[in-house]
Amino acid sequence: MNLQRTNPTLFYLQRAAFYILVIAITFYLLFPFVWAVITSFSKGANLFLTPGAFLVAPKTFDNYIQVFNNPAFQRGLLYSVIAAVGAVAISILFGSFAAYALGRFRFAGKQAVLYLILAVSVFPQIAVLGGLFTLIRSVGVFNNPLALIFSYLIFTIPFTVWVLTSFVRDIPGELEEAALVDGASPLQTLFLVLFPVMMPALVTTGLLAFINCWNEYLFALTFTSSNRTVPVVIANYSGASQYDQPWGPIMAASIVVTVPLIILVLVFQRNIVSGLTAGAVKG
Amino acid sequence: MTTNATTEPRKVVKTRGIEAARARQALWLLLPTLIAIAIVAGYPLWRTIFFAFKDANLTSPETATNVGFHNFWFTTEDGIGIGFLQDPKWWQAVKNTMLFTVVSVFLETVFGMIIALVVNGSFKGRAFLRTAMLVPWAIPTVVSAQMWAYMYNDSFGLIGRGLLGGQALLAEPDKAIWALIAVDVWKTTSFMALLILAGLQSLPSDMYEAADMDGASKWTQFWRMTLPLLRPALLVALVFRSLDALRVFDIMYVMLGPVNAASTSMTGYARLTLIDNSLLGMGSAVAVAIFLIIMVIVIIYVTAFRVKFD
Repeated sequence: MNLQRTNPTLFYLQRAAFYILVIAITFYLLFPFVWAVITSFSKGANLFLTPGAFLVAPKTFDNYIQVFNNPAFQRGLLYSVIAAVGAVAISILFGSFAAYALGRFRFAGKQAVLYLILAVSVFPQIAVLGGLFTLIRSVGVFNNPLALIFSYLIFTIPFTVWVLTSFVRDIPGELEEAALVDGASPLQTLFLVLFPVMMPALVTTGLLAFINCWNEYLFALTFTSSNRTVPVVIANYSGASQYDQPWGPIMAASIVVTVPLIILVLVFQRNIVSGLTAGAVKG
Repeated sequence: MTTNATTEPRKVVKTRGIEAARARQALWLLLPTLIAIAIVAGYPLWRTIFFAFKDANLTSPETATNVGFHNFWFTTEDGIGIGFLQDPKWWQAVKNTMLFTVVSVFLETVFGMIIALVVNGSFKGRAFLRTAMLVPWAIPTVVSAQMWAYMYNDSFGLIGRGLLGGQALLAEPDKAIWALIAVDVWKTTSFMALLILAGLQSLPSDMYEAADMDGASKWTQFWRMTLPLLRPALLVALVFRSLDALRVFDIMYVMLGPVNAASTSMTGYARLTLIDNSLLGMGSAVAVAIFLIIMVIVIIYVTAFRVKFD
C-alpha cells in the first residue's frame, strides 16, 4: 500500500507483472485439456486445419457417439468401475481395522508394522509383476476383474492404512473410552463410535484410492487380455485402419474418463488437499 | 501405607491384563491387512527374487532351472554377453530414467514453488487458480500421455506441426526424453504445488509481519524464512516424487510403444523382457535390480536428509 503512494508506476508495474504470471500459469495448467476438449468436438477432417481455422470449424458430437457405441469402451468403463470399487471397498474395510489398531492401541512391534506398510507403498510395482502374473494364472483369474481388484490392493491398502491412521490419531480418545467403559467390543467401538466420526476421512481416502485404481495402467495391461479397463482401451484405441490414429475419438474417450474425476475432485476439493497432505507430507 | 502396599500390585496386574488384551485385539485388527500385504506384495516379491536366479519361461514357470547369476551377467564361449547388465539397452534405460527423474523432479519443485507462492498471495481469481491447479493432477496419466502425443504429432499436433514445423519429436530418442519430461512436469507440478501450498499455509503469519517491520525484503524473507521452514515438507514431497519418477512406466509405454519404452525407462525394459518376450527369469532379474536401485535411493534419502515419517 505504501508503494502505491510513493511510487505508483512501480506499484502498477509489479501488479501487472503479477497478473501476467497468474494468466501464464492458468494457461499452462489448463490449455492442453482445453485443446483436447476442442478436438473431441471436431470432425476428423478438420484436424489438418491451421489452429485458427480449426477453432472456428463446425463442431460435432460424432466422436462421442462413436466412443459410446464402441463395445470395448463400454466394457472398459464397466471393468474400471468394478476393479476400482472392489479394491477400494476391501482396502477401506481392512485399512480402517488396521488404522484403528495403529492409531489407538499400544503394542510391541507397532513401529515395525508402520514401517512395513510405508515400505510397501514405495515398492516398485514391477518388482511384483512376474510373481503376481504367475500367481494370477495359477489361480485361474487371468483376464478376470478379480485379478485387478486383488493386485490393486498392493497400493490401495498401504495408502488407506497410512492416511486413516493419521486421521484416527486426531480423534479425541474420550469417545472410545466411553464406549469401552460401557463394555463395547473393539469392533463395536470401531463400527458404532469411530466410523461415524471418521466418515469424512473414509470418503476422502476412498476417493483418492479410487482415483489411483481408475488410473492404473501396468497391472491392467498385464493381467487382462480382452476385459480391459478404460486406460488400456484409450492407450490402444485404433481407427478403421492400422495406420489411422483417430485423434477425435481418442480425445472424446479421454474426456469421458476424465470429466467424472474432475467433478469429484472439484466437489471434494478441501478433503482432497487434506487427504493428500496427510498421505504424502506426513508420510 | 499398608493399604497402598496391598492395593497397588493388584492395580498393576489389572492394567497389565488390559494391556495384554488390547495388544491381542490389535493383532486381530491388523491381521487382514498383514495377510493381504503378505499375499499381494510379500509372496510375489519372493517369487521374483526366486525366478531371478532361474532360467524360466513365463508360459511354463514349472520347468525353471537354476542358473545362478547368469541372468545378470553371463558370457558364452563365443563371447556373447547374455546377462541384462551386458545389454546396452538396459544402460540406456537406466540413463534415461535417471535423467527423467532428476530433471522432471527439479522442474516440478521449482514450478510448484512458484505456483504455490502465487496462490498463497491474495488477488482476484485466487480461488479459480486453486481449482485450476487440481485439473492436471486429476487427469489419468494415460489420458495426459495421449493428449500430449496428439499435440506432439507431426501432422496434426499443435507442437509437432505448428511449433516445430512437422518434426516427429517422439521418433527421435534424444528429443523424445525431453518431450516426455514436459508431459510429466505438466501432470505433476500441481501435485507439488498443492503440497508446498499446504506447507506455506502452516507457516506463522506474525513472523512475516515482524520481518516486514524490520524491513526485510520479500526476497530475503523467502530465502531466510520460508525455504528453511518448508524444508521438511519439501523433502518428503521430493522423496515421493523421485520414487514415482523412477518407477515411471505409463508415459513411455503409451507415447513410444513397448519397444522404444524399453530403452527409455527401466520399468519399460523390465516389462518388455518379462511379458512381451516371456523371459520370466531374465525379467525377474531386471525387476530385482530396479527394486534394489529404488531401495538404495530411499536409504540415501532417509539418511542424508534425515527424513522423518512420523
